Amino acid sequence: MDALLSGVELLARWDVLVALFIGSVGGVVIGAIPGVGAAVAIAILLPATFSLDPIVGLTILLGIYGSSMYGGALPAILINTPGTAVNALTTYDGYPMTKRGEARRALALAYSASFFGGIFSILCLILLSPLLALIAPHFGSREIFLAALLGIILVVLAHRGQVFAAGMLVGFGILLNSVGLEPIKYTRRFTFDQTWLASGFDLIVVVLGLFALSQAFLLLVDKDNTPHPQPIEGSMLSNLKELWLYKRVASAASGFGVLMGMIPGVGEFTAQFMSYTYAQKTSKTPEAFGEGSPEGLIASEAANNAVPGAAMIPLLALGIPGEALTAMMLSVFYVHNVIPGPQLFQNQLDFVYALYIAMIVLNVIVMVFLLFSTNLLTKVIQIPTRFLGVVILTLSFVGVYSLRNSVVDCAIASGFGILGLILKRLNLPLVPIILGMVLGGIMETKLRTSMVRVKTPWDFVDRPIAAILVLLIVFVLLMHFRTLRREHKERIAEMDHDHDVHTSQQG
Amino acid sequence: MIRAKTLQDLFKRYRRPGDLVFAWAFLAFSLFLWFNLDAQTETVKGTKWAAQPSFWPTVAVYTMVGFGALHLVSSFVSPKLEGRWREVGFWLRSFEYAAWFMAYVVLVPRLGYLPSTILFTVVLTIRLAYPLRPFLGAAVALAVTVVVVFKSFLQVKVPGGQVYEYLPDTLRAFMLTYF
Repeated sequence: MDALLSGVELLARWDVLVALFIGSVGGVVIGAIPGVGAAVAIAILLPATFSLDPIVGLTILLGIYGSSMYGGALPAILINTPGTAVNALTTYDGYPMTKRGEARRALALAYSASFFGGIFSILCLILLSPLLALIAPHFGSREIFLAALLGIILVVLAHRGQVFAAGMLVGFGILLNSVGLEPIKYTRRFTFDQTWLASGFDLIVVVLGLFALSQAFLLLVDKDNTPHPQPIEGSMLSNLKELWLYKRVASAASGFGVLMGMIPGVGEFTAQFMSYTYAQKTSKTPEAFGEGSPEGLIASEAANNAVPGAAMIPLLALGIPGEALTAMMLSVFYVHNVIPGPQLFQNQLDFVYALYIAMIVLNVIVMVFLLFSTNLLTKVIQIPTRFLGVVILTLSFVGVYSLRNSVVDCAIASGFGILGLILKRLNLPLVPIILGMVLGGIMETKLRTSMVRVKTPWDFVDRPIAAILVLLIVFVLLMHFRTLRREHKERIAEMDHDHDVHTSQQG
Repeated sequence: MIRAKTLQDLFKRYRRPGDLVFAWAFLAFSLFLWFNLDAQTETVKGTKWAAQPSFWPTVAVYTMVGFGALHLVSSFVSPKLEGRWREVGFWLRSFEYAAWFMAYVVLVPRLGYLPSTILFTVVLTIRLAYPLRPFLGAAVALAVTVVVVFKSFLQVKVPGGQVYEYLPDTLRAFMLTYF
């Protein structure tokens, strides 16, 4: 309780509150613009937050992370274009509702489901925190190494149908992390006698290139497009209480969001598909799914909004990011010398609680903002896409150049921008590169330190958590191959497969 | 997230034009790294395998080669898609905007952040063939807003321009600090 009160105290500062407001509202606006998304915004703002207090900088980024999906539902429902990648499933039922003249109802359901999912996950985390504080100290080097390895395996396997591409891109990410002067033995790795390669690849430069510059290039090269959504008439307040009729779906979807959010490498997409499938299977009207079913809409929105809170668990408790956005946040922690991991839960539980409370407040701010500004946001959607490219490019400059005023950094970011554009065009995932980079670094350090006490392979798993993690890795791999074998035996007709490589994994 | 329902899904999958070109390029790059692995990494005597500087680059390159080869195979056995080279043309067109961006980067320390940003947004708006009204105003407003928010307000590290040296003392100090 003391930690909770102390957490509230940490937040009771005008600069934190302003940051919370800017992050929440900014996140909604950014999320509402198709083609921008939280990853682009966070990548651009990262260097700007380095000069701020840890809690202020993190609050802005958390605000954007937690609120962008609210905004992303707006174009998904009104113009059939998801604002952020994870709102893709919202279009299935949201847009048909708009076509039926139920846009206001669809938006109100999406907002209320998002709010429910967001709050549900944070409450779960607050309840779980004492338990995490108890378990986290039992994670030593080898356990963190194994958890990171599990994350790498999961991020590859979670890209079903793109497993090979995800695998090679994870490898590329691990390679990027290893380039340069190695800090222990001071040897050079893949520097090709080039001085600009000696310092390696900065995570933020790569992130900015892959997410922000690539998006700018994509918008600038592609055809111009200016969507024109219809304005929403009437108040949404009356439609909000309809969520109560679907409380079972909302609770289950939020539960899926929390569970999937906690597992590194899995995230929003798996949570959404699991909750959507569950909602459809248990619905009295499964045929309505994809045709404007309120249950489908709720399943999608509640699940994806429950993930950000839960994704903070592996990040804060173990220092392991589960996806690209938390990987970016990890760099903010490092810059401010706040090292996420078991020690954080033991020694700075108030800081952890402050982050959770900030997330609750941001959900409330976003909800109030959306109820009164939906029509304003429909105007934001109307920015021509190529001009939006100019905006992102101009902002990306601040992100890359302000890091260390390096022209080389900008050139590297441009190179990754072109690579990101190619991957986006090919519908290949970007996230494995970032996770490969971050988790690769964690694995390298932790394996080195953990091997000091390991004499035989059995020593590696002689602690209960390490043994459980190894069993989990074996189980995940076995389940993957078992599923493939079973599916192969069933020989489902080729046209029955879902070959659609959804763009939702672009981050 | 896609639902692959059979083993064939791993090899035959929905693709976009240009997939094969990228798969070839990635594998070629991976093989280049593989051939350079010994020359570009070192093995230190008396050090455990896990602490060897060459261990993680080796893991990375082998992963890239292995998965890259499988990715290439999957592209080969999938039906050919039309528009491969048109797609490659699309990728190459992005180099133009990368060049604009780099020109902007080079210009900032010379002209200063505010003038360079205004020049960059205006020139790019004209290049994109937007009508001058209202987009020219929007471009200038964008440039001024970005500079004011990031340089004047958040004080991000962007150096003052060389041309600021020619300004009168008081104005120079003001421009160096805020624009």
